[in-house]
This record gives sequence, structure tokens and C-alpha cells, in this order.
Amino acid sequence: MNRLYPWLLYISLFIYLFAIIWGLLFTPKDFVQGHSYRIIYFHVPASFVAQSLYAAMAISSAVFLIWRVKLAAYLARSIAPIGAMVTFIALVSGSIWGIPTWGTWWEWDARITSTLILFIMYLGLISLHNSFNNFDKADKLLAYLAIIGFIQIPIIKKSVDWWSSLHQPASITISDKPSIDPSMLYPLFMSMIGFAGLVACLVILSSKVQIYIREKNKSWVKDHV
Amino acid sequence: MKVHRKKRLINILLLSLLSGSGILMVLYALNSNLDYFFTPSELITEEISDNRRVKVGGMVLEGSVDRDNTTINFTITDYSETVDVSYTGIVPDLFKEGSGVVVLGYLNEGKLDAEKVLAKHDENYMPPALKEK
Repeated sequence: MNRLYPWLLYISLFIYLFAIIWGLLFTPKDFVQGHSYRIIYFHVPASFVAQSLYAAMAISSAVFLIWRVKLAAYLARSIAPIGAMVTFIALVSGSIWGIPTWGTWWEWDARITSTLILFIMYLGLISLHNSFNNFDKADKLLAYLAIIGFIQIPIIKKSVDWWSSLHQPASITISDKPSIDPSMLYPLFMSMIGFAGLVACLVILSSKVQIYIREKNKSWVKDHV
Repeated sequence: MKVHRKKRLINILLLSLLSGSGILMVLYALNSNLDYFFTPSELITEEISDNRRVKVGGMVLEGSVDRDNTTINFTITDYSETVDVSYTGIVPDLFKEGSGVVVLGYLNEGKLDAEKVLAKHDENYMPPALKEK
């Protein structure tokens, strides 16, 4: 792990910076939105990772509840604040995008509201966990709530199809050809991969801290720190 | 899989199934109340009374935009019904004929007095050079 980590960090950083420079400076502008569409290179990776992190947290919660793997509980607990941060980036970048395109920075449409709920959900999980002195109880409650809350992920995803919304429908779908021109799509994919890699690095670091906190009375931690 | 683990797995699946279907039922019951706007057709079939604040979304009808100082009159269409809109103020940059728009305002004898005009854009992104082809 310690040997692989720098590789993950530097490769992700390289991919992300490459994608951002490509996206901001070397892609054509959009035919409707002009240059303001370039916020896509921040907004889409953040939104995508915000939802993926929740899925990862729900899965590790299930692993913890079924197999009682303590590490899975530590992982779920460390993902929560990072998920909140990434969701916040998605909300803020979306707001900044909203001003030049929609003419508003906030509207209570289904996509925007459901993403706000995701943000609040992350914060709720963190405060729920922090409100217990007993880690064992806290881990279990966080895991159950994280699993129940997973239902919001498909709702966020489908919110632009089920209801009329201000937010546009998905440009990249599994079934159809992407409705983004390839010259804009490739840097977008790269920015998503790079951003996901960087966030994975954060999750690794944060889990390490979580392990040290939980196992602080063990002799190996005392030797290590 | 050991028996106690299988039991936990089933419990979790049941928990997510029940809570998930509960939430989906709530959403289903709320259904159109979660819509962000009415289309012009819905506006007519729902018989919305005058002086109610509504959001109407659709396309700006080609050739309908009429500017008079800071007041702008235009027609929203969903390609079957239309609603006339009158608005005083600045419209977003993306507002133009044939593009998507969401208008918040009061219905007044079938006409919409707008308080706010928002532009909607679609999922298509392409360079301007490609569009001209």
C-alpha cells in the first residue's frame, strides 16, 4: 500500500491537471454557452464522485454489517466527510454555472434539491457517528443509515428524467451516443478519472487516520506513530 | 455463507427493500408536485386559476419575441399549445428564439405576467464550427 500510494497520487494528479489544462485552454467553446460551459470540467467530476462515494460507503457499510469487518466501518466513516466536501464542490460549481446559463444560482428543481439532500445526508451521518462515545454503536448506526440512504442515488440520477427540471438531462448515458462532441468529451473523461483518483488518495489517507484513532491503544500503533 | 451472516444479509436486504419502496411510494404519490414547471398544455388542462403563481417551461416560439424598451413579449410553446408571456427586466444571455425557457409569474386572463425568466439549456455540447455545418 505504501509503495502504491505515491503512484496513484502522482498519476491521478498528472491526469487531472492535463485534463483541466486541455479542457480550459485547448477545447473549442460551446455553440450555445460559449466559454462558461468549461465549468463542466469541475462540476461533472465532482457530481459523479459525490454519488460514487456514497455508493462505496453504502457497500462498505453492508460488508461491515454482514461480515463484521471493522476496516469496512472505518472506511465508511472516513468516506463521509470527503463525500460531503465533494458534494459541496458539485453544488458550488453548479451554482457558478447556473448564473451565466440559467440566470439564477439556485432553484428548487429536483436535481439540485436531491443533491442538496445528499450533502445533508453526509453531514447527518458524520454527526450521528460523532454523537456516540461508543464506536461500536456509532459504526452500526452509520452503516444502517448509509444503506437506507442509498435509495437517493438512483433518485438523483433519474431526477432529470422523472420530473421536469431546470437541470438538463444526462449527456453521457450507457445506452446512447454521448451528446457531447468528442473534442470536449475526452478531456471530460480524463478529468473524471483524475479527480476520482485524487479523491481515492484522500480516502486512503483519511482511512489511515481513522485506523490510528480506533486502534490507538494497540501496541503496533504506539510503535508506529 | 454461514447461517448468522446469511441472516444479516437478508435483514439488510429487507431493510433496504422496505425503506426503498417506502420512499419510492412517497415520490410516486407526490409525482407531478415534484415537477419544476408546467408545460403550456398542462397549464390548459389543469385549469389553473388566475392570480396563482406558476412556473411555465417550454420553447420560445420562433418569431414571437417582441422587445419594447425593457419590456419583452414572447410566446412559450410545447409544440401543441402556447402561452403568451410579458416580462420587464433583463433576460439571461442564453434566452433566444427556439431555445428552452422557464418563466415564473402570475396568470392573468391566460397571459403570463413574468417575474423571472430563466434560460434552460439541453444536453448537447458542441463547438460552434460543427453547428454551422
